Amino acid sequence: MSAPEHVVIIGNGIAGITAARHIRRISDKKITVISAESDYFFSRTALMYVYMGHMNWEHLKPYEDWFWEENRIELKNAFVDKIESASKMLFLRGEEKMSYDKLVLATGSVSSFLGIKGEDLQGVQGLVTKQDLELLEKNTMNCKSAVIVGGGLIGVELAEMLHTRNISVTMLIREKAFWQNVLPLEDAQLISRHIESHSIMLKHETELKEIHGTKERVSSIETNSGEEINCNLLGISVGVTPNIDFLEGSGIETDQGILVDEYLQTNIPEVYAIGDCAQRRTSIKGRKDIEAVWYTARMMGETVAQTICGKPFKFNPGHWFNSAKFFDIEFQTYGYVSANPGENEKHLHWENINGTKAITIAYHPETFRFFGINTFGIRMQHEVFDRWLTEERDLEYVLKNLCQANFDPEFYARHEKEIFSSFKQNMMHSQT
Amino acid sequence: MSTTQHNMSLTGEPPAKLSTTQKVATGIGWTGIFILVLALFNLQLPSFFLWGAIALIALGVIIFANDQYIGKSAGIKNDGIWFRSMTARGILAWGTGIMLTLFYIVLYWFPLYLGYNPDGPNGGLVALFDPLSRLVSGQPASQWFVYGTLYTLAILAFGYKFLLKYRHNKYEVLRTYSVMFFQLGFAFLIPELLIRLNQPYFNPVNIWPLNYDLFAGYRLSEFFTAGNIGLLMLFFGIASIFVITPILTYFYGKRWYCSWVCGCGGLAETAGDPYRHLSDKSRASWKFERYIIHTILVLVVVMTIAVVYSFLNENPEHFWLDKNSFLFGSAAFLVLLFGVIWIFKRHRLASDAKKGAIISLVIVLAIIAAFYFSGMTYGYLLRQWYGFLIGAAFSGVIGVGFYPIFGNRVWCRFGCPMAAVLGMQQRLFSKFRITTNGGQCISCGNCSTYCEMGIDVRAYAQKGENIVRSSCVGCGICSAVCPRGVLKLENGSLDGRINSDAVLLGNDVDLLDLIQQQKKASRDPNSSPFNS
Repeated sequence: MSAPEHVVIIGNGIAGITAARHIRRISDKKITVISAESDYFFSRTALMYVYMGHMNWEHLKPYEDWFWEENRIELKNAFVDKIESASKMLFLRGEEKMSYDKLVLATGSVSSFLGIKGEDLQGVQGLVTKQDLELLEKNTMNCKSAVIVGGGLIGVELAEMLHTRNISVTMLIREKAFWQNVLPLEDAQLISRHIESHSIMLKHETELKEIHGTKERVSSIETNSGEEINCNLLGISVGVTPNIDFLEGSGIETDQGILVDEYLQTNIPEVYAIGDCAQRRTSIKGRKDIEAVWYTARMMGETVAQTICGKPFKFNPGHWFNSAKFFDIEFQTYGYVSANPGENEKHLHWENINGTKAITIAYHPETFRFFGINTFGIRMQHEVFDRWLTEERDLEYVLKNLCQANFDPEFYARHEKEIFSSFKQNMMHSQT
Repeated sequence: MSTTQHNMSLTGEPPAKLSTTQKVATGIGWTGIFILVLALFNLQLPSFFLWGAIALIALGVIIFANDQYIGKSAGIKNDGIWFRSMTARGILAWGTGIMLTLFYIVLYWFPLYLGYNPDGPNGGLVALFDPLSRLVSGQPASQWFVYGTLYTLAILAFGYKFLLKYRHNKYEVLRTYSVMFFQLGFAFLIPELLIRLNQPYFNPVNIWPLNYDLFAGYRLSEFFTAGNIGLLMLFFGIASIFVITPILTYFYGKRWYCSWVCGCGGLAETAGDPYRHLSDKSRASWKFERYIIHTILVLVVVMTIAVVYSFLNENPEHFWLDKNSFLFGSAAFLVLLFGVIWIFKRHRLASDAKKGAIISLVIVLAIIAAFYFSGMTYGYLLRQWYGFLIGAAFSGVIGVGFYPIFGNRVWCRFGCPMAAVLGMQQRLFSKFRITTNGGQCISCGNCSTYCEMGIDVRAYAQKGENIVRSSCVGCGICSAVCPRGVLKLENGSLDGRINSDAVLLGNDVDLLDLIQQQKKASRDPNSSPFNS
């Protein structure tokens, strides 16, 4: 009997770990997961809760430590310096080598920076990795005020984190409202107002121009409108970039990310890339070629596991969905709601009086086909909207059956009637 | 393979400081407690001090809670929980735990130190409570009255705090009003008023086997001497566990009792709320939990059969039921119950649960046989030991005294035989479950961290499976703290309630079908060693 095939996965985030779990479930292959970030898989999305004191590091681990041994998934804390694909060999930092039969690259992202002078000062950082979090603890030890550049999901997390430590926070947001490159304006404005209600200062349509420092440490910044803001911390959250520097010279083709075909395979056979670091050569309609999203990473892990175990599957995700939380407002989205709808998309927006709950539904202006929904402060069922999208339901059907999709806890106030009548009014207005 | 494990709480500026108002509030509350301590010195304080102490404690909690939550955006308020000494097993937590434990030891075994005097006028702390007791029941206070008053005060004051903390969540609000109502009305006032009316002390919602004394000899005598009302109470007590409980649990899960009605649950959910995250989530503690809670259930069944047997033995003329018929009846009932579960729900039991059930039944039947053949009545002795070990040491000293160390539901999770009964009902025949929302889980772990029963909620949610666990008390906090709207407590159809082959929504539908097949196959331990 020959030795089982050795699958090596670089990266122990949700993509790599999902691949490992699924490969183990259906095969007897030898599995090794390499990471230099942490000994065990942890939930990156929950890093903020450790800083805020909601959880300890231990709580971030989705599986107890016995899980890996019982499932024969070997975990190795190491940094991969070089990949030699001709000999199928990994060179680890510290002279160690490891051979593989199949390789999965799941190295995730690193923070994007702006390329502005002063970004190397102390107190300037992003928030993606465990090490970033440790750095943030250090950087905020005697921190009174902070500036965050970028109005996205990491930015709002940073703001919420710093807020719990009584650090005054100013955010520079390029768009007219928060995350408006993704959310329609009314939704984005709702989020802006909510964030401001937590005493976070938002500067919309403002960008970072200069970073000033004293004694190697950031002391203030200047915006493109010429305003100078003092700060001991500058959070850069303008997006993330695939973590692929170590691939230089490996022969693995990259662009912004690692280029993969429909089967998530790179230009080199038996080397795959999944998660944030992967860039699809052929686009999937309505999706970006690089999707730095937890759910996408997980689904790529599920897919590549089958391919590696001899059942080749193209990466073909279902209907788009996502979720986030902005301070106290939960956000979910199903299907597509464009930030800037063109001629073939119309939006209906409903909001409660307090500005804590809202819904935006996107549909086709003539056929009334339902495209998608953004929901704020009201939980909706993934399964129901997934079905409606598959069945290509129209606006009226969705509105009439909205109560079926509700996923709020028992006894919560329901808004379906209000939403329905508000939308009806809205329609009548727009028709006259 | 070593990385430094940073204790992140120590490097930053922890958001754990008390505001000035909170410090003052703490001072007010402790002044109230100080008066109670002062009373121990037998100073014969006028009744003014009693009202003062109660008011100060309540006021302290209320001012503290107002400052903590009012004027802040409604939402999850767990900032700094793991940084505070009091809620992260620091020195304050240990101090509080030890003080509570000592209080329980004195309360249960040395009530004389509290001033309790059964043969004459009370002194000390118990005497301080005499005016209130006379007001309610017309009798002087006992150590239990003191305890009951403080217990109720804790549920009401910390219930107020909890109501503010979760004011955005209507499920939590209604549930908290419910436990406050049942504690004040049913657990505190009704039994005392019954005494005033010369009726037996009876709390209708303190159900056997949690109320292990319900069928004790002295209680049965009380019921029988109280005429129709006594018989009604006894009848209600029996109906509660054998009829009412299964019906309500079928419709709503055990939460109807454990987190809406029960006094132990009431204290855990209010005063104990700041400690809910301290429960142990490991697989090892789950295994331990299943052994110990069912062992205690066996003990309480044996003990109760023994005390009733003893009672019937001593009072053969009182009752139509003869002691041996009672033994046979009990044995027959247990065998029948076992048979019904075995026939209809065997497929729902894990192999160790099956083994455990058989062993338990055999032990109970053997002991019943021993009673029958020896004719010996160990009722009093067994009750005494059960009361000492389980009723006092476990539920009181460990259960509440160790709130700040092991979390607020230690008793409910590891010890309460009522929870064991309701748990079996919930797991085997109930419409209740916690559903998960498609593929939305991000494995963040808030749900598991804040599960007071130590259920690893995330382990289910991140696989898209419903949570149907016998220990779940349905407090709803997992759903409340979930940042992505993944968890929902529901009563629904029995079909598909336990869906251990569920997959996460979002991927290619053909792939998901395949993964589901693979998951089903790997559930069979003979075909796959995968431990998902």
